[in-house]
Amino acid sequence: MATFAVLYAAVTFFIKDSYYQLMLTMVLVWATFGLSWNLLSGYTGLVSFGHAAFFGLGAYTTALGQMHFGLSPYVLIPIAGVIGALSGLAVGLPTFRLRGHYFALAMLAYPLALLYVFEWLGYQEVTLPMMRENPAAYMQFEDHRIYTFIALAMLLAVMLLTRWVERTRFGMALLSIKQNEAAAEAAGINTYRWKLKAITLSGAIAGMVGAFYAVVLLVVTPMSVFGMMVSSQALVVTMFGGVGTVWGAVLGSAILIPIAETLHAELGSILPGIQGVIYGAAVTAVILLAPEGLFWKIRDKLRRRSAVPTPQQASVREASEAAPAEASPLAAERSVAQRLAAENAEVILEVRGLSKNFGGLMAVEDVSFKVRKGMILGVIGPNGAGKTTAFNLLNGFLAPSNGEVLLDGKNIVGLAPHEVCALGVGRTFQIMRPFMRMSVAENVVVGAYVSADTDAQARQFADEAIAKVGLSHIADRIASELTSKELRLMELARALAGQPRLLLLDETLAGLGQSESEELILVLRRLAADDMTIVIIEHTMHVMVRLVDRFIVLNHGKVLTEGAPETIIRDRGVIEAYLGKKWSAA
Amino acid sequence: MNVLQIMENILQTVVAGLLTGSIYGLMCVGLALIFGVMRVINFAQGDFMMLGMYAAYYLFGLLGLQAVFGSLVGTYVAIALAVPVLYGVGYAIHATLISRVSGTRTAQLDGEGHYAQLILTLGIAMILTNGAQMVFGSVMASMRTPLTTVAWDIPVGAISVFLNKSRTIAGVASVVAICLISLLINRSPLGRALRASADNPVAATYMGIDVNKAHRVAFAMGVAITALAGGLLATNYPFHPFVGVEYVIVMYAGVVLGGMGSIVGAFWGGLTIGLVQQMSTLILPTQLQNTAIFVVFLLIVFFRPQGFFGRSVDRT
Repeated sequence: MATFAVLYAAVTFFIKDSYYQLMLTMVLVWATFGLSWNLLSGYTGLVSFGHAAFFGLGAYTTALGQMHFGLSPYVLIPIAGVIGALSGLAVGLPTFRLRGHYFALAMLAYPLALLYVFEWLGYQEVTLPMMRENPAAYMQFEDHRIYTFIALAMLLAVMLLTRWVERTRFGMALLSIKQNEAAAEAAGINTYRWKLKAITLSGAIAGMVGAFYAVVLLVVTPMSVFGMMVSSQALVVTMFGGVGTVWGAVLGSAILIPIAETLHAELGSILPGIQGVIYGAAVTAVILLAPEGLFWKIRDKLRRRSAVPTPQQASVREASEAAPAEASPLAAERSVAQRLAAENAEVILEVRGLSKNFGGLMAVEDVSFKVRKGMILGVIGPNGAGKTTAFNLLNGFLAPSNGEVLLDGKNIVGLAPHEVCALGVGRTFQIMRPFMRMSVAENVVVGAYVSADTDAQARQFADEAIAKVGLSHIADRIASELTSKELRLMELARALAGQPRLLLLDETLAGLGQSESEELILVLRRLAADDMTIVIIEHTMHVMVRLVDRFIVLNHGKVLTEGAPETIIRDRGVIEAYLGKKWSAA
Repeated sequence: MNVLQIMENILQTVVAGLLTGSIYGLMCVGLALIFGVMRVINFAQGDFMMLGMYAAYYLFGLLGLQAVFGSLVGTYVAIALAVPVLYGVGYAIHATLISRVSGTRTAQLDGEGHYAQLILTLGIAMILTNGAQMVFGSVMASMRTPLTTVAWDIPVGAISVFLNKSRTIAGVASVVAICLISLLINRSPLGRALRASADNPVAATYMGIDVNKAHRVAFAMGVAITALAGGLLATNYPFHPFVGVEYVIVMYAGVVLGGMGSIVGAFWGGLTIGLVQQMSTLILPTQLQNTAIFVVFLLIVFFRPQGFFGRSVDRT
């Protein structure tokens, strides 16, 4: 980064032509604006088409502030930042309740609405007053290069800020939201709060950039600061250069702005609007050919060339292979003593009369059961019995139509999934939801934030969790390269990193072959031996029978029966539910 | 202002709202068709409408329609001719660009390709808007007919209402067009294919329906319909290359209000938006009528995202 700064400053110093000087400043301005957009949309994946709202408000704050109150930009730019932050918060509070395209459309409306309002207010063209007596105090410089240096300083500051965000739990939380919001929630991330933080910071920076823009150009019109082109420019520059990285907006800006501006200067009279066409073509090309931006494409290409398979660290391998050996005493069935102990322990989770109907369909009807500490409860039933729905009700993803869920005696109905997680409930999903572009370690650490006070402690929890499931030897591998079994173990580790007392496992063994299942069972047994309470949905009976203390059988949303494994597998009703009347008659 | 005057104002804005709203409704139906069948957010819809306006304008001039049909009928002929032209444009754009981020190819992309569709159509919109500026210049153009400035004066009791003739023709034409489209969607084999592709692309494929082709037709039709609305709109309002941006929110507000996924609902949504826009002039200054639309749009999106007839709200 320092090299970049020095080079850029040097170039600036030597350019004397005022047009190019302005262009150099503008490259930096749009790069900074792009980075502000990136802070929100690049990391969370929520595309904002409305950043012009913050930018424009910042610009008008400066213009009007100087015009009406005689304040200097040195004061006004920070004020613009505050206004940008507040408007970001104001926009985010209602708009984040929307998903996907509704969010993008709503964001589109804000700057356009402001455009009309400002036009109506009579601010069609606001010129910053020339301060002839003390121009430097009002950021009005004869030598344009000073503006470029200020812009460079701003950009560097924002780049450092972005880097800081990337490295702390702020960035990890945002990235996990982008990868899979539901999984992030279940892992304890308060997605709403993090999104608000992101948009507030993003708005603040956009406001300050807008303010500086006004100072440089000296004229502010509603179209030039609230218009579609402004919002699009942040988006185009960042998407072209690379989303989710600190260099993306800089790269995109450095390439696109000079091309567009030069073409506009040379051909603008014959071909007005050439810039727009360039930006449009750039973003169209990039989304079809390199959807994540130039930066990632180049980096992937460079990585592939220098890719060397990482040698597996022998010592770590031995350690993680030794762990299963410790469990060999447990290779036999879960002992009677353990089962008895589980039956007398305190109740950790009690479900009373849980029901959920979707319109006329009763997905879950009057389900009640108790889970004691240290118990392994198996939930079985034919497909469509309502098992995953029940889990979603326990977790907070769905609100029950009726009934209570008592965790340690407290009703947790109505709590958001991340709050339930914070109370000590870990969850894995039937359809795996890993964060594909992140490494195993990064995937797991996201689950640790909920119970860790510092980032360092989070990483420690994560490492412990990874060791417990035996994945330490591939902790740095990217999730998209893992096998099914490794992905399942990783999901388990992510749930464990949050230091849960109760684990809700939804078909953890689905899609695994015989030997792979055995490995997972060993891990689960070890966990149970360490006093973890587990509720597991599963289909593979022979496995469950050896693993589980008690079964609860669901059918058509209702509890069919409950009991110890030996009794359940012989129960007529259960056989009938699974295989039909013909078989139960036998 | 006495009661009679107030009533007259209200009645006038209601009538204006219904007429303008019908054209908006037609516009929205075009967008709804695309979203309903393909689930694609088309940011460029407003710009396709703008292209439709210019297509009609140039067809009128280049084909010498004024000489053959006179300036009144000739204008409407030009608008009618612009429809197949824009159908072709939509077809081509889908074939080359849109199909890469929608339809059966997008299973692997993030979020079913919605992200890519948003960005791609934004890119197309930018190219179209600015390209139009290059080709057509930013001077306002219009397709005025002899009826643009004439109105029927209809007495209603003690007050009277003005029905601008060309706006009335546009409104009626819109309603007729929508009825025809509705018939096409609900009764014809093509309509069945489109609806099947919308409901369940996999099952439709198994039943022998070429889903990608259905999408292409839907996209082209959606573009053509909105272009027709644009042409009708142009008989009363001047236009320029940036007019598309102004109407994007109108269209989306209408479609969301009607319920995304309901084609007929989009008409009612567009009609409501037209009413809101015209009636807002009763209490707000004229410059803020579009802000009123945005406010309504935001309110709908927050409080009732499924709109009037919405089929489904996205599940987690």
